[in-house]
Amino acid sequence: MVDESRRKFLKTTALVGAGITGLSTKTVKAGPKNILDENRMGVLVDTTVCIGCRKCEWACKTAHDLPTQPLDTYEDRSVFEKMRRPDDKALTVVNEYAARETEQFPLNVKVQCMHCDRPACVSACIVGAISKEENGSVIWDTDKCIGCRYCMVACPFQIPAFEFEKAWHPEIRKCDFCFERTKEGKLPACVEICPMEVLTYGTRKSLIERAHQKISLYPDRYVNHVYGQYEVGGTSWLYLASRDFAELQFPKLGTNPAPGVSEAIQHGIFAYFVPPIALYALLGGVMWINKKKAESNKDKEVHHE
Amino acid sequence: MSENMKAVPLPRRYFTPAVIVIAAIAVVGLLFVLARLIFGIGAVTNLSNEFPWGIWIGIDVAAGVALAAGGFTTAALGHIMHKEEYHLITRPALLTAMLGYTFVAAGVGIDLGRYYYIWHPIIMWNGNSALFEVGMCVMIYLTVLYIEFLPIVTERFIGRVNLPGFLKKFNNSIDKLLRILDKGLDKTMFIFIIAGVVLSCLHQSSLGTLMIIAGEKMHPLWQTPVLPLLFLLSAMSVGFPMVIFESYLTSKSFNLKPETHIMSNLGSMVAPLLGIYLSFKIGDMVIRQTFVYLTEFNTASIMFVIEIVIGIVVPLRLFLSPQIQKSPLGLSIAAFLVIFGVFLNRVNSFIVAYTPPYIFENYFPSIGEIFVTAGFIALEILLFRAFVMIFPIVSVPQHSGTKAKFSIRSV
Ligand code: SF4
Ligand code: SF4
Ligand code: SF4
Repeated sequence: MVDESRRKFLKTTALVGAGITGLSTKTVKAGPKNILDENRMGVLVDTTVCIGCRKCEWACKTAHDLPTQPLDTYEDRSVFEKMRRPDDKALTVVNEYAARETEQFPLNVKVQCMHCDRPACVSACIVGAISKEENGSVIWDTDKCIGCRYCMVACPFQIPAFEFEKAWHPEIRKCDFCFERTKEGKLPACVEICPMEVLTYGTRKSLIERAHQKISLYPDRYVNHVYGQYEVGGTSWLYLASRDFAELQFPKLGTNPAPGVSEAIQHGIFAYFVPPIALYALLGGVMWINKKKAESNKDKEVHHE
Repeated sequence: MSENMKAVPLPRRYFTPAVIVIAAIAVVGLLFVLARLIFGIGAVTNLSNEFPWGIWIGIDVAAGVALAAGGFTTAALGHIMHKEEYHLITRPALLTAMLGYTFVAAGVGIDLGRYYYIWHPIIMWNGNSALFEVGMCVMIYLTVLYIEFLPIVTERFIGRVNLPGFLKKFNNSIDKLLRILDKGLDKTMFIFIIAGVVLSCLHQSSLGTLMIIAGEKMHPLWQTPVLPLLFLLSAMSVGFPMVIFESYLTSKSFNLKPETHIMSNLGSMVAPLLGIYLSFKIGDMVIRQTFVYLTEFNTASIMFVIEIVIGIVVPLRLFLSPQIQKSPLGLSIAAFLVIFGVFLNRVNSFIVAYTPPYIFENYFPSIGEIFVTAGFIALEILLFRAFVMIFPIVSVPQHSGTKAKFSIRSV
């Protein structure tokens, strides 16, 4: 009698366990693509030659059907008085940093998504709506997104923006590396329009080489730091500058991929669902023993009477 | 003593002045929910691209999940450790957990930009995402809680199905169905009870993992790789205090004698749990040497100190005192402090500690956000009261001493 109920109990426990394991293999496979293509593309931004014409802002909006003023209004330099950030209405913005005494011109810095090699947004997204593509772009899928905004919490560069004022079907907006254009062999809109060749489009590998060449050719012109080469595990967009990046309001980040610890913990807790199943079995065992104990106590009481 | 205690519906007048005030808050909250649905998140909240998450996530979801921990802790104690004397409190705790998680889901629902896609995670999986794990666990656990509650429903209606008019002829068959359901549930309930505890451990900790990916954006006083462990430990230590506090409130509002004996037994288990939590919290601070941030005098350091001292140290001391152990009021005050501490910890972790690199305007919840949060809590209280009056949840002393599981049809 006891044996039979025990067997039944264990069997059910095992069945539940098996059911969960069945799920687990699928989860592991369903993770986002993490394989990085050797020849993924990138852009090298040489901030030392940027003149702050903001034509890239206009081109970006035009290429993405975002409302924009005519191009000549972009000559108004008063916007530089305040630091701006990319948002749902502008996927890229240019900021200005005043010239120092020794310098002739102010510094201008274009900001957009960095297209990380190990993107925190991709790791975080609850439904896998964001993906790192073969050509380096990190893009967002409107058919999946549920609008939880966890990608915004995760991104170390504070890039994804959300259409807060929309009641129906708000979108996450961020630079998509002109995925639709590059697919057709065109340049990203901002790269194409830039009159000063601040932006160089090429494979990330070649861009890193080129950046270091520039630094060694003109050691007075650049600080010896290619921002994005190692930051958070590397980014597709890379920057050169004439002063410390912290002064240009680039976040100071380590070289570990942003999702690293979180994914490790996540996979530790869920390693093929072994820990949860072990816990289940343990609790089941404890419950069974305690129940038997209680029952035998009751039996004893009966005998005493 | 517990022999002649029996869970029964408590028939009382539903509306009292306090209940009317609470109902008014609920109505205002619902109006703001309506406004959010019509005009969007931006119109009702102070959320922005700098601060994508506010109190709807920090309080409704994170604190809500933590404070519903009474469900799994008492299930573990009553059913898994099989301590019969605690069976009286498992039902109120279960009800709180069920309502609590229902409103966690509601909180997520209104916070989602595309709430109508809330089912997406069921078929679109991202095993790397802590949020995915939290979402799935909460969804499954909520179902488990509803299943665990079913026997209370069958108990209420078996032998009392009394449909009016032409539906009368179904009375018998529905009754039979209920009895079959009840039997089936009785045999399989242990599966769900264990699953509930496992699921709780999983998502209570994953809720901590959630903020790890925010990295440098989270203040170092809170950002640590052991966040999941801290979240789990704090959830475990807030479970019993929640039950104590609630049982005190219920006894006050329904004019029953407080369960001093059980409350103080539960109280004696809080101190060790709190002690473990505190030692991990301090240990983490020492190992990562984050105490240097306490010398700075700012919101973060003040909040951290309040969280530790008022939320952990003071109640720990109170729970260790023999006088407090004997007094229901003392126990409830100590319990309240623990609840406050864990609540504050969640708010701190998700809101106070969150400092993105570029801030234009600091976040403070809007009137709308506050009313929605308060409204949901008010609704939860109203539903709790209604459930306690309709279903056999709260145990009261019985004189007749009937031990039958199904009580006799009341004419
Ligand atoms: S910068 Fe932010 S949004 Fe862009 S890929 Fe990296 S994590 Fe994602
Ligand atoms: S807001 Fe959309 S894209 Fe961002 S994490 Fe949530 S579901 Fe993914
Ligand atoms: S790559 Fe395309 S989307 Fe990105 S900033 Fe340039 S123009 Fe805009």
